[in-house]
Amino acid sequence: MAQMQMGAEGKQSLPALLQRNAAQFANAPAYREKEFGIWQCWTWAETAKEIEALALGLINLGVNEGDFVAIIGRNRPYLYWSMVAAQAVGAVPVPLYQDAVAEEMAYVLGHCGARFVIVGDQEQADKVIEIQDQLHQFEHMIYLDPRGMRKYDHTQLHQFSHIQDQGRAARDELTGELAARQNKLNYDSTCVMLYTSGTTGKPKGVVLSNRNVIESAKNSAEFDKLTQNENILSYLPMAWVGDFIFSVGQAYWCGFCVNCPESADTMMTDLREIGPTYFFAPPRVFEGQLTNVMIRMEDASTLKRKMFHHFLAHAKEVGGKILDGKPVGMMDRLKYALGNALVYGPLKDTLGYGRIRVGYTAGEAIGPEIFDFYRSLGINLKQLYGQTEATVFITVQPDGEVRADTVGVPAPEVEIKIGDNGEIYYRSPGTFVEYFNNPESTASTKDAEGWVATGDAGFFEEGSGHLRIIDRAKDVGKMADGSMFAPKYVENKLKFYPDILEAVLFGNGRDRCVAFINIDLTAVGNWAERNNIAYASYQELAGHPKVLETIRSHVTQVNKSVAEDPMLSGCQIHRFVVLHKELDADDGEMTRTRKVRRRIVEEKFDDIITALYDGSEKVSTVTEVTYEDGRKGSIKATLTIVDAEVKPAAVHKVAAE
Amino acid sequence: MLDNSESYVTEDGRTIGGVVMEMKNITLRFGGVVAIKDISFDIREGEIRAIIGPNGAGKSSMLNVISGFYVPQEGEVWFRGSRRPQMRPYEVARQGIARTFQNIALFDGMSVLDNVMTGRLNYMKTGLFSQALWKGKAEKEETENREIVERVIDFLEIQHIRKTPVARLPYGLKKRVELARALAAEPKLLLLDEPMAGMNVEEKEDMSRFILDVNDEFGTTIALIEHDMGVVMDLSDRVVVMDYGKKIGDGTPDEVRNNQDVIDAYLGVSHD
Repeated sequence: MAQMQMGAEGKQSLPALLQRNAAQFANAPAYREKEFGIWQCWTWAETAKEIEALALGLINLGVNEGDFVAIIGRNRPYLYWSMVAAQAVGAVPVPLYQDAVAEEMAYVLGHCGARFVIVGDQEQADKVIEIQDQLHQFEHMIYLDPRGMRKYDHTQLHQFSHIQDQGRAARDELTGELAARQNKLNYDSTCVMLYTSGTTGKPKGVVLSNRNVIESAKNSAEFDKLTQNENILSYLPMAWVGDFIFSVGQAYWCGFCVNCPESADTMMTDLREIGPTYFFAPPRVFEGQLTNVMIRMEDASTLKRKMFHHFLAHAKEVGGKILDGKPVGMMDRLKYALGNALVYGPLKDTLGYGRIRVGYTAGEAIGPEIFDFYRSLGINLKQLYGQTEATVFITVQPDGEVRADTVGVPAPEVEIKIGDNGEIYYRSPGTFVEYFNNPESTASTKDAEGWVATGDAGFFEEGSGHLRIIDRAKDVGKMADGSMFAPKYVENKLKFYPDILEAVLFGNGRDRCVAFINIDLTAVGNWAERNNIAYASYQELAGHPKVLETIRSHVTQVNKSVAEDPMLSGCQIHRFVVLHKELDADDGEMTRTRKVRRRIVEEKFDDIITALYDGSEKVSTVTEVTYEDGRKGSIKATLTIVDAEVKPAAVHKVAAE
Repeated sequence: MLDNSESYVTEDGRTIGGVVMEMKNITLRFGGVVAIKDISFDIREGEIRAIIGPNGAGKSSMLNVISGFYVPQEGEVWFRGSRRPQMRPYEVARQGIARTFQNIALFDGMSVLDNVMTGRLNYMKTGLFSQALWKGKAEKEETENREIVERVIDFLEIQHIRKTPVARLPYGLKKRVELARALAAEPKLLLLDEPMAGMNVEEKEDMSRFILDVNDEFGTTIALIEHDMGVVMDLSDRVVVMDYGKKIGDGTPDEVRNNQDVIDAYLGVSHD
């Protein structure tokens, strides 16, 4: 390991690591992007030149040390270079979520006072221009894709390649300045500022230093034995801390190659073409792929289908054990090897997982069946628990100790303690510096000794030492009779059904629980197609009696399993509705990372909740929706309320009397 | 013949050049039916020119005259300063005119990529034999042409369906593939026959965006037929209005909108 990262020790900034990579791995690929149907490639030496030209261009444009440079767009090498170039000139890169609407961008750009914005294309440029008047510090915008931009007023607008050309032209003049600025960077200078999506209130700017990023990258790379030969596919939002650590932090520390897909729609094809060795995806990507595989197998020939199910059943039995290095009989091993040749291998290859050494999922709970499916195929899929303020890593699952229901042991150099109320606290080299311009929030999150409150409630499991997360600490409440109310616990059980995309449980302070449910259009739509059920819209499908019946049976199953837990048996769902629209970030009902904003949902659908509790059979409602371009409209619907079967309350209560 | 040939700049900063195509007193008959009666109009370089009119007004016939598919009995077609002789459609295509069809005319069993590649046919010089062997010149030629096709695919954002057979695509995307094939021919003049027919609002918005981008980015002159008045008025620089084979209006969208004959043709007029 030490040899692998030779020369990286003591490098205290991304530009310094870049220089090391350009010298040591000069001809190894650093970035690839598919464009015009071909994978374009840049070596580390070329990358260093591109970034230098851009950095010189930025100085030429007037970027000063300490300025904020916002970066908005889909994952492209040029935008990753922008982050490093911004740091090289002493500025702070601030990546933004590209699907944010203009108002959200206005808040973030105004809050950090960005003087410069680098955007991917016309769509993003238009949003910035729309809010330009509200931004007092904004001066210049640089765009990548010139398409449609020709007619724009170019007094404050610049094409990316022109900035680089100007930088190259001014090389002799400015190179001294650039070197001087780069030499000032150390472990304490700011590496990046990332805005948290914020399940409550306005986004907060999390300031991460070079120490945070490089130490976290180093520790996690050593933990998973990442080398210079890894290939990753970068498709998750650049504004998300995970992408920054994987595609920038670890990539620069190890010197491995970052591959960018052609467009968001081609991600699955590109995944297959690249065959990453190290992969990260939120549970919904794995769920989506599994659903897809199952649907396609339904359409396959009888022989293939039988073979698939036969070997899959075998993999379920022994696959996980083989992966964990546990003892498995000779015959079973042989049969698994045969299955690998006939089914698992080709399947993994189709999915793009043929070369995976390490895969991670995080962000939300993953269904145990989905998790086990991938592991049984021999894909080393693991879970981790982290947050922006920790520079990702709080706990990770070591190889051989992987389970669906825990999030692993503390990551290297991370200390964890559990508070009196069950809340998890941590302290690590990755612990963030501060919330930008927000000392109160900083003080309330991070105490003087450096302990950070996660806001999640959890406990360490006896024996294994693995951490288990129950729920957001503030969401855990009490029912009217005093028993525990943990909505996430029940919602996750519901969401493990492919038909259910999202669920929201209510019941804090009440005598019983009710729920909102969103159907998954892909899964339910496919089911409807196969059963000849016609529907014209999402709303119609969501209200179809047969769909309601299916969801009711899922809810009954969940109630049954909830009833088995004596602590949480009160959380069974008495009544529910299938919502007429998907909960959406554009309407403020979810965060950009797709976490439900409970309070907002509760306020917005107040009428439906009332109807759920007062016993009515139907409820008519009007809901305001925001379209992608920011216009508003409304949908009207009459929703059927469904009663679910509730299992008898836990036995222990009777016994106690 | 190029009278008002001086170029001008539109409000949104595009340069409209002199006349590239002129239709002079065109009359087209099918037996006893007069489809087009003595129509004259011109198309200027770099503009978006719309031909509108109620059903059966002769719009598609007009487009077919421009594309060389129909030969008018009377009248002259002038293209780039010279009178066009009677030509076969492929000869017209070689002059730099490409088109899309009202009823999609793609090769259903072929992939999107292959369909778009057919748009390059006129640029391919190697013979059947060397293409079958795919050696030397043929290979180089295909690579060069593929690059242009890939740029078009990127431009119209259809990368994700590159390898999908056309038959499996939804209607809106097929229309876009057809546009891609026409663009692959790098036309000077692009003819679009009802590019937005049967589309929903979102698809129409996308298509409008692409049409404007094509015009803006490549400077392609575009002549289009369209039913949706809103779209036509937003997109085009000048509009020709036809009714029963005759031209009843010609001018900017605003002029046409206020033309009494046009209003009558579209809204009907009382006969008392």
